[in-house]
Amino acid sequence: MSGAADVGDLYQRLIMERARAPLHAGRPAAFDAEAEGDNPMCGDRVQLRLSCAGGAIGEVWHETRGCAICIASADLMADAVAGRTRAAANELAGAFETMVVSGAVPDREDFSELRALSGVHEYRSRHRCATLPWQALRAALTKTMETGHGG
Amino acid sequence: MSASIEQTGLDIARIRADFPILSQTVHGKKLVFLDSGASAQKPRAVIDAMVRSMEMRYANVHRGLHWLSERASDDYEAARDKVAAFLNAAREEIVFVRNATEGINLVAATFGRSALRPGDAVVVSEMEHHANLVPWQMLRDSHGIELRIVKITEAGELDFADLEQKFADGRVRLLAITHMSNVLGTYTPVERLAAFAHERGARLLLDGAQAVVHRAVDVRAIDADFYVFSGHKLYGPSGIGVLFGKRELLDAMPPFLGGGDMIRSVSYGKSTWAEPPYRFEAGTPAIVEAVGLAAAIDYVNAIGFPAIAAHERELTDHALATLDAMDGIHVVGRAQDRGGVVAFTMDGVHAHDVATLLDKQGIAVRAGHHCAEPLTRRLGLDSTARATFGVYTAMDEIDALAAGLRRVQQVFGG
Repeated sequence: MSGAADVGDLYQRLIMERARAPLHAGRPAAFDAEAEGDNPMCGDRVQLRLSCAGGAIGEVWHETRGCAICIASADLMADAVAGRTRAAANELAGAFETMVVSGAVPDREDFSELRALSGVHEYRSRHRCATLPWQALRAALTKTMETGHGG
Repeated sequence: MSASIEQTGLDIARIRADFPILSQTVHGKKLVFLDSGASAQKPRAVIDAMVRSMEMRYANVHRGLHWLSERASDDYEAARDKVAAFLNAAREEIVFVRNATEGINLVAATFGRSALRPGDAVVVSEMEHHANLVPWQMLRDSHGIELRIVKITEAGELDFADLEQKFADGRVRLLAITHMSNVLGTYTPVERLAAFAHERGARLLLDGAQAVVHRAVDVRAIDADFYVFSGHKLYGPSGIGVLFGKRELLDAMPPFLGGGDMIRSVSYGKSTWAEPPYRFEAGTPAIVEAVGLAAAIDYVNAIGFPAIAAHERELTDHALATLDAMDGIHVVGRAQDRGGVVAFTMDGVHAHDVATLLDKQGIAVRAGHHCAEPLTRRLGLDSTARATFGVYTAMDEIDALAAGLRRVQQVFGG
């Protein structure tokens, strides 16, 4: 079995970078939809806000109180869904959640960075940390439908 | 273990050999189990007693007129006697429940609804497990009592000045408080609390889920009115817990759940209730689990609480000294009288990440708010990691924890 080098396998460089210095953290002055993801078991919380432009997601901002996995997942998600229609973003959320549960990385270009989180698969108690931001995204997208934004 | 005979005289290697699960490896590493405060592991004696119960002496209790039912009833009632002696109570004062949580809910639903009137107040502390907070919130919302939260000091001890204030208007009828915090490790001064409450016309309920594992508990000496604990933290099985209530209080309380075993007579029109403790034990109880709990009590009694408490003190002192010496690690709670529960934070690393990286090294700790979310927020934190010790915890496991934490710091670039 592995030595100490394997201990941190889950925490790939990209995850650590985004956890330490997220690119999409914060609260924008203006936004079109917002939603929250809560994990009452551990107290993690993601507050998500997004703008819509031309029938697609413009930008995504998150305020995440949680672990490195949760923060990195929120931040990489913000990259991945910008410019997508609601349907395409929901499809991506589904593919991401499937990856976390199955451990299989989809063979598609838009997973080049999201694949960094595939290792969470091995830690069943941590799946929710990775998927919490995506649940908040789904909730926010439902609201854009109610308000007529987001195509 | 490298130093199997420790200063307390406990032969830890021998004790560890009693617990089959401890010889496992996890992720290819030797298991270091530091989560006994959530639920403790089970010695062979408990496992064997439960197997023997099911293989040789099992039937339903209190109703069969046959040999096996008599044996099972004997064993179940012998477990009650065992618990009564363990707490220095009378057997009629021992109610078997599922766990400490159910015990508190029972008191809230029965004593709470019969002895407390709308406008009466119940006091709990800032360091309660959800089990000793939520039932009183529910009683407040359904029954109109007032719920008051007594403060703790920065060190994590009860603030007696605030307690005085909470009692000042004379409306407090119940003080419901932990005997040992599951986050801060603080022991509360229970004899003083009993005297304090009784002088002011209030009853005292103690949540002993943590404390009962580490110290001998004498409910008479404490003068507690209610005391609850869970079997599974005391090296017994899950699914069995204990509510102690003073006889005169149990006598006056209405039933909790209705059904078989808790009645004196039943007609289609009405029913009358059995005497305590049976009034509070509706339906088939946890028979095998009660037998397991009795075996667990025998097990800890054989080791003896003086030795258990001394061992725990050594472990806690070593853990506090070790963690305090580490940069970037901060232990939560500084009570004078504290036990083998050590919660901490690590600079720049969320407790979940700490726990996952420790788990990868075979070290089991808990992370989160430990079912004490208001306390975690009160401390200005989102979560903590928590190491808790049991009778089988070895000194070198504290060192393994420290080495594991240094590895976490390395992964996170510390």
